[in-house]
Amino acid sequence: MNRLLVKNVSRNFGGVRALDDVSFVVEPGTIHGLIGPNGAGKTTLINILSGLLRPSAGSMKYKNHDLHRLAAHQMASIGIARTFQNIRLFPHMSCLENVQAGQHVTSRRSLLPRLFHLPSARREDRRLREQAMATLARVGLDDKAHYQSRNLSYGERRRLEIARALSLNPSLLLLDEPAAGMNPVETHEITELIGRLREEGGYTILVIEHDMHVVEGISDRVVALDHGVKIAEGSFDEVATDPRVVEAYLGTTGTERK
Amino acid sequence: MNLLLQQLINGLFIGSVYGLFAVGYTLVFGVLDMLNLAHAAIFTLGGLIALWLVQSGGVSLWLAFPMASIAAGLLGLLLNQVAFAPLRKRSDSQFSGLISSIAMAIIFEAAALGLFGARSVRFPVGTVPIHTWQIGGITITFLQVAIVCVAASLMVTLTLFIGRTRIGKAIRAVGENERAATLLGINVNGIIALTFFVSSALGGAAGILFGLYFNNLTPDMGRSIELKGLAVIILGGMGSIPGAILGGLAFGLSEVLTVAVTGTSNLRDAVAFAVLFVILLIRPSGLLGRGKTREA
Amino acid sequence: MEYLLQFYAIYGSVINFIGINALLALSLNVTLSAGMLSLGNAAFAAVGGYTAGILSVHFNLPYAASLAGGTCAAGLVGLVIGLPVLRLRGVFLAMATLAFGEVVRLAAVNLDITGGAEGLTGIPNVTTTWMIYLVLAGAAYFIAVLRRSRLGWGLVSMREDETAAASLGIPITYYKVVAFVIGAMLAGLAGGLYAHLNYLITPRDYSFFVAVDLLIYNIVGGTGVWYGPILGAAMLTALPEVLRGLGVTAGPIRMGINGLILLLVILFLPNGLASLFERRRSSAVRAEAE
Repeated sequence: MNRLLVKNVSRNFGGVRALDDVSFVVEPGTIHGLIGPNGAGKTTLINILSGLLRPSAGSMKYKNHDLHRLAAHQMASIGIARTFQNIRLFPHMSCLENVQAGQHVTSRRSLLPRLFHLPSARREDRRLREQAMATLARVGLDDKAHYQSRNLSYGERRRLEIARALSLNPSLLLLDEPAAGMNPVETHEITELIGRLREEGGYTILVIEHDMHVVEGISDRVVALDHGVKIAEGSFDEVATDPRVVEAYLGTTGTERK
Repeated sequence: MNLLLQQLINGLFIGSVYGLFAVGYTLVFGVLDMLNLAHAAIFTLGGLIALWLVQSGGVSLWLAFPMASIAAGLLGLLLNQVAFAPLRKRSDSQFSGLISSIAMAIIFEAAALGLFGARSVRFPVGTVPIHTWQIGGITITFLQVAIVCVAASLMVTLTLFIGRTRIGKAIRAVGENERAATLLGINVNGIIALTFFVSSALGGAAGILFGLYFNNLTPDMGRSIELKGLAVIILGGMGSIPGAILGGLAFGLSEVLTVAVTGTSNLRDAVAFAVLFVILLIRPSGLLGRGKTREA
Repeated sequence: MEYLLQFYAIYGSVINFIGINALLALSLNVTLSAGMLSLGNAAFAAVGGYTAGILSVHFNLPYAASLAGGTCAAGLVGLVIGLPVLRLRGVFLAMATLAFGEVVRLAAVNLDITGGAEGLTGIPNVTTTWMIYLVLAGAAYFIAVLRRSRLGWGLVSMREDETAAASLGIPITYYKVVAFVIGAMLAGLAGGLYAHLNYLITPRDYSFFVAVDLLIYNIVGGTGVWYGPILGAAMLTALPEVLRGLGVTAGPIRMGINGLILLLVILFLPNGLASLFERRRSSAVRAEAE
């Protein structure tokens, strides 16, 4: 099934319980927001979903695969792509090359045809290049295709990372704070981009975000974590006005959130 | 039994020199997360400078020793200035620092070759008073005792310096987290320069002791100890000073014992490196080490 | 034509060494381009060289078979060593491979079948300059094509950021082992060629300093392009000859110049000499794209 099932996932680091019995379901084609104050366990959850960490307990299922049994590099082949909280681009490659690097699971680029300079190899290279350019265009970076990725602005680098994730042809996108550190203009661009992805269809997206405007703008459903525990789940309005969420963000003297 | 004990004592002596050498190595690694492969060349130059002072300058060894050690420390400052400081801002500073230390090692060795010639030289007779003691069938020379005392006191001083003084704490702070140290008002560049000075001075001192012990100095004498020094700091744990001391002693002992047991010196180094290899696989952080050793 | 033949008569051995060193430098480049600081290629050359030599001398195998044997032996050792060792990061990997190198060298010094410290003698000197350069050309072509393959893209991605590369589906450990084994086999092949060059090989031919030299060739030449290591190897192997022509013989000045070149490169031209050519090329590409 194309839905993402997170079931009773827990993760300990020594004595610290970073995640405690977290369960939720992300329906295919929807965008799920994941919120919570710092230290709530959001990035730990994403790291577990993308195979960088193993859960101490619990399971995760996607497309009939038990994610908790897979290694990090196996996630891409079942259609899971992610971005990172502190942007992990390939600094010495151009934008285009970053995206081309992301084509690993969708390309063959076999050695033998290339050794013999076969036309099939050249055709494939051309096709992959065009696809990469198209992906760049989707995030609005095609005019900067040959720029070194480390020379881009912050907002552009976030978009490039998303483009690289898209070049996997994923069905599940895990975005870790895509709007972090952005000014209002950049934030708007990212929100628009994610909205466009939803319109294009075919993507299930889990977004960690702190910026409530972004979460409100894009999420179909929201899950809230605090200290590793799921404290609320529902539509944005339901979660935003949930007293436990308010308390987690603002403390017991909480004022009403808009 | 006596033979064994004699070997143990010998191992202790050479081990203390290894330890002194390794301590400088590990100090730089602990603070900068970088391997200074020019350390062995400074080791050589320390010994050669001391020899030159004694032989051509007529300076007594008691004076030449600190003078040459300080000269070695100054070389360390030069090394930092030329080869490491310019690279610290780079993203691959660990790797490029390694390479530039190799470059400086070659340059230093060339300088040693050019200034002191290729022949092996020795300290003039009478540099060190010759006394021997016989304790229960074991022979100990004044030189050996002096070496151990000097090496031990230097290592102890360093440990106290790092552990107890304010500057020592600053050094450890820089080693833990450079940015945080800057925010705390620590002059990181100055601390790094000081670290190099101390590390190289100790390396030079080790070179002098080594030269006295084997009574044989060549421009490439650092080469034989370079790999051993690496093995020692891996064994003891990179970044750990007590580890380097322990590792040095262990290494010296195992070297001497391997020769005693197998009767030849051929397998000595092979055993050492095989052990090193195995340790890297099983417990890369060494006996007392810190620092990430596996990929994230 | 006359002049060329004369040139070759005098400098033939240097030309051969340039070819062998270039091949060795290329073998190191495979792992370097993946971000692995493995310094074991001198040891793999030793494994390949000694195996090929022993096969020729003691088993009288034909040259091609000996070469193949040496290459495969090196690859096999690379596989066995690589699996445990490639989990180590940076400096630790370097030291593990250096330690391995020393063990190999010391084994060569102490075993009878390798001829001990005096080395293995009586190897038929059937390697010709053409052979070396043919193999070099083939290896260079292979490496250049490799870079554009899926494996090549994966290796470069790993060098840039391993975690991100894994998230793209790149099997990190598997690719590291593959790169390691390819490098080992190339080094083994070079070792086998070298063994049949001059009747004899000694353990000193494969020391820790040779391993460091290979690294230097790559740094000076540049690791980003296939011709970088070749450039570095050619320049630094030929340099002593050029200096000798200028009256500078072996000794401190020659050594000092080597060190100085390396220092200047790492300080001011960190991507090696090849980056001088690449810079012009990439701005041309950009101009073309506009």
